[in-house]
Amino acid sequence: MSRYILRRLAIAVPTIFGITVLIFIAMRVLPGDPLAMIGSQGQSTRVLTEEELASARTSLGLDRPLYVQYLSWLGDIARGDLGYSFWTSEPLSDQVLRRGPISAQIAIFAVIISWVIGVPVGLLSAVRRNSWLDNVSRLVVTTTMAVPSFWLGLVMVLLSVRLFYWRPPLTITQLWEEPLVNLQIVLGPAIALGIGLAAVIMRMTRSTALEVLGEDYVRTARAKGLGARALVAHHVFRNSLLPVITTSGVAIGGLLGGTVATETAFGVPGLGTLLVEAMTTRDWMMIQNLVLLYALIFVVVNLLIDLSYAWIDPRIRFT
Amino acid sequence: MAHARTIASLDGRLEMEPRASNAGVAAIRRFWRSAPLGVGSAVFLVFMGLIAILAPWLAPYSPLETDYLATQAPPTAAHLLGTDHLGRDVLSRIMYGTRVTLTVSLASVGLGAALGMIWGIASGYTGHRFDMVSQRLVEVLMSFPTLILAMLLLVSLGAGLLTVVIAIGISQVPLATRITRSVVLATKEMSYVEAARCVGASPSRIMTRHIAVQCVAPLLVIATVNLGAAIFAEASLSFLGVGVPPPTPSWGNMLGGVLAQSFDPPWWLVIFPGLAIATTIMAANLFGDGLRDFLDPKTGQLGRR
Repeated sequence: MSRYILRRLAIAVPTIFGITVLIFIAMRVLPGDPLAMIGSQGQSTRVLTEEELASARTSLGLDRPLYVQYLSWLGDIARGDLGYSFWTSEPLSDQVLRRGPISAQIAIFAVIISWVIGVPVGLLSAVRRNSWLDNVSRLVVTTTMAVPSFWLGLVMVLLSVRLFYWRPPLTITQLWEEPLVNLQIVLGPAIALGIGLAAVIMRMTRSTALEVLGEDYVRTARAKGLGARALVAHHVFRNSLLPVITTSGVAIGGLLGGTVATETAFGVPGLGTLLVEAMTTRDWMMIQNLVLLYALIFVVVNLLIDLSYAWIDPRIRFT
Repeated sequence: MAHARTIASLDGRLEMEPRASNAGVAAIRRFWRSAPLGVGSAVFLVFMGLIAILAPWLAPYSPLETDYLATQAPPTAAHLLGTDHLGRDVLSRIMYGTRVTLTVSLASVGLGAALGMIWGIASGYTGHRFDMVSQRLVEVLMSFPTLILAMLLLVSLGAGLLTVVIAIGISQVPLATRITRSVVLATKEMSYVEAARCVGASPSRIMTRHIAVQCVAPLLVIATVNLGAAIFAEASLSFLGVGVPPPTPSWGNMLGGVLAQSFDPPWWLVIFPGLAIATTIMAANLFGDGLRDFLDPKTGQLGRR
């Protein structure tokens, strides 16, 4: 097991290196430099003069050679220094600590919701194949997969305003401060995202469970007189789990992107809205480090998923 | 199910044998048998395409025409789907929005498939060090959440129709590359490729004439399956205000900022553009699924993994 973990970690290191290079290239090389982006806004926003630009460049270290900038960025990251907002000078790490838990809660709740709905419905749908239940749930899945979660969020807010004249609070309240207020903020986006994800999970559970149901060992278990419930619980469920976990892993990439749009739909002050704010105000250091943060989270999640395979399925561990 | 399908398609083939001259019609008929829903959604997508092309004639108003006497007017006979905060007709804007949606999704999916095909063939056929390096690069691209990668590219390229196409297209490249490469690795060992090599065909000829052909069908399937994802990506990016910039109407940017403008937002501004997005994504998904089942069930599973 430890050898497997080591090997998997060794693969992750060059990937992370590649991510930093790609982000750096995208942020610095393609559009000139970040200050050119800010300075070139023109018209209604204020435009810096050449001298102001030059002095700003020097103070931000943007006049150094690119490789020096890259290495110093890596150094800052390694020391946990995520830089400052260009406009408000607020350290990004403060923002991440404040908003991160909210976004994490949304993502985790969404995954839990999707599993709680998706796995049982998928199993049931496979066991009672082509029954009315199966057909209805497949219809629902096809429909929900087409509904963007941010729009679902907008509709949810609209409905709650119409029915209860209530909108989710826009403040940052952590779970450990005021749990009830926190849940009001977090549950909406989590449900909107969770429903979309549940459709994916349900579809995957159904198709793998169907495959497993056709296996010899299931037939054997049935032949020796095992009840349907025990069969599904002990034989089908565990063996269908692996592809479902894989799907969840792939889906978390979509989920991380989805949180950005869904948080914006609800106006939740999470990391996603922070990224969108940073993008609209062209706050380049924030963009650069937030994108890196999202990519790193995705890498770590994938790593954990790979490790969980090995834990669930001994065949992987010993190859 | 799979059994029934084989029989159905065999049946179709037997039937079409006598009038094989009209192969296109026969293929469509077989597609209809194997995936009636797919055909239905294809018809819907063609209908959307017609709306996009004919928008200037079909739309009751110009999408940019503001009417300050009727801002945020609920649906009436004059404005069937109401007006937005500047008094622009929502129906007309949705009709023009079809143009952005279809252009961006088709172009980006095409771009993604084309780049993925070239890269995948080069990587799979060349092998060795080039393959090693390019697969690591694909891994790096894959380790970004798709939407975040598209956002990053949009920051550096700037918002606009073309850059949205490029950003979404590139975020689809990794999967296309992976699939192409796996097809290439399988095809490379086939005896007809070996024969071509023995006859003295150059690597570039083998890649273009013998291997690329094999990749077309799976890529077509993947591209179609990705169509819905591309529509979703465009809508999300424009919704967030980093995609197609206003005043060009796109379904995504019509939804952007609606909730921020008032406590009790007008329902028609939330419902109608969203319905347009959802129905089109659904049609694209169903068409993609139908085409996948029809062309090759195996490829589909590869893509979904």
